[in-house]
Amino acid sequence: MAIDNIRFSREELARYNRHMIIPDFGEVAQKKLKASKVLVIGCGGLGSPALLYLTAAGIGTIGIIDFDVVDDSNLQRQVLFDIHEIGKPKVEAAKRRLESLNPHVHFKLYNTHLNSENALDIFREYDVVADGTDNFPTRYLVNDACLLLDKPNVYASIFQFEGQVSVFNYVNAQNVRGPNYRDLYPVPPPPGLVPSCAEGGVLGVLPGIVGSLQALEVIKIITGVGEPLSGRFFTFDALNFENRTFNIKRRPDNPVNGKNPTITHLIDYEQFCGMRAVEEKPLKEITAVELYDWQVQGKKFQLIDVREPYEYNIVQIGGELIPLSTIADQAGRISRDMDVVIHCKVGGRSGKAIRELEEKFGFRNLYNLKGGILAYIDQVKPELTKY
Amino acid sequence: MATVVIPTPLRKFTNQTAKLQVSANTIGEVIDSLTRDFPDLKKHLLDDQGKVRSFVNIFAGDEDIRDLQEEKTVVGEATIVSIVPAIAGGVHFK
Repeated sequence: MAIDNIRFSREELARYNRHMIIPDFGEVAQKKLKASKVLVIGCGGLGSPALLYLTAAGIGTIGIIDFDVVDDSNLQRQVLFDIHEIGKPKVEAAKRRLESLNPHVHFKLYNTHLNSENALDIFREYDVVADGTDNFPTRYLVNDACLLLDKPNVYASIFQFEGQVSVFNYVNAQNVRGPNYRDLYPVPPPPGLVPSCAEGGVLGVLPGIVGSLQALEVIKIITGVGEPLSGRFFTFDALNFENRTFNIKRRPDNPVNGKNPTITHLIDYEQFCGMRAVEEKPLKEITAVELYDWQVQGKKFQLIDVREPYEYNIVQIGGELIPLSTIADQAGRISRDMDVVIHCKVGGRSGKAIRELEEKFGFRNLYNLKGGILAYIDQVKPELTKY
Repeated sequence: MATVVIPTPLRKFTNQTAKLQVSANTIGEVIDSLTRDFPDLKKHLLDDQGKVRSFVNIFAGDEDIRDLQEEKTVVGEATIVSIVPAIAGGVHFK
């Protein structure tokens, strides 16, 4: 929304008065906040303070993603919640608290696991993403989705007594793009070298400090006030009360936005982080170009689309629609006496469908369309709608 | 001599010491000295080929050694060497 169209009610003018009287902030910056849309990923230890301050500051629309419910072990640090919310979905509990703090903010809730299938659709409508998740696969997923969609990513992370903050993929006024998480950490630690949950833990006040810094950087990016923490990497050691700010740079070998990118779609991040059992035997695959050849040649085969009906309505390539959740019930529709190609959006759900059909029903004639319908559109039918 | 800052997750391998004085002229010598004195640190800092792991960043002063001369980066008396591993939050296995 253009800030020229932003108006404040008398209540809002009173509420934001202490912002507007800052000489370098003023009404213009406050209008930018109201015009903006911010997505906060995870409403736990980091998300709690970040959401409270972003809401109080008057962001126009705040999206909140979290799949979890409030647990009493959260209350040691997740200051959004109280004992009455235990057992309730976090995003709903957060909204109740935040709406009572500032009724002028619009909230969008995503009570779901963020994954490679839904991330781009969710991220697309926001201006800034604030990553406060708690695991490596989601870190890389959020990073890559922000790169693919050209969004700044305000990163904050905590462990025990240590905090880290940076602003990734930020394009400055000179049109120079800053580094991102893959420039800083090209690969995640293998699970065996990461301290286990029992050794983990976090001092409750630390996410309060670090999540507040995250909200600060979000506000700076939106308003253009100050110098964002781009190209710099802030670390805080609460035990010794020492902080350091390191310089970080983009790397030419970054697989998403380096000189020769090899990752052009979201991938399987649990596998990337070594969290998936490696003994799974590989699936038979077919590329988009091979599939197109089969179609053009008139080869006899069956094409199955395991996406959801709403996705099928956006774009489809002639497959029979059998959503993944119904695949076992509808296995009778799948041919056993010719080759069958199964596809979804990027190849994850179709892979699951094939494993289920092979294990439960003994199919041996199933091929996974590599890269899903998106690869097909990219490589064969660029005129079709991507989503 | 250089001062090495050990991050919280690795302090259990350094008898909970957060800062160490190490006699060394380069980052490579700093790492050699650390892993000699604290052998359990080795697999967390170095891969099988003896290279610094890519989920561990080492900074000489404010600069990433990958932007300097990597392990050959010279350290002096006043250099603070920081070891900063990737951290993701409280949950690591799902």
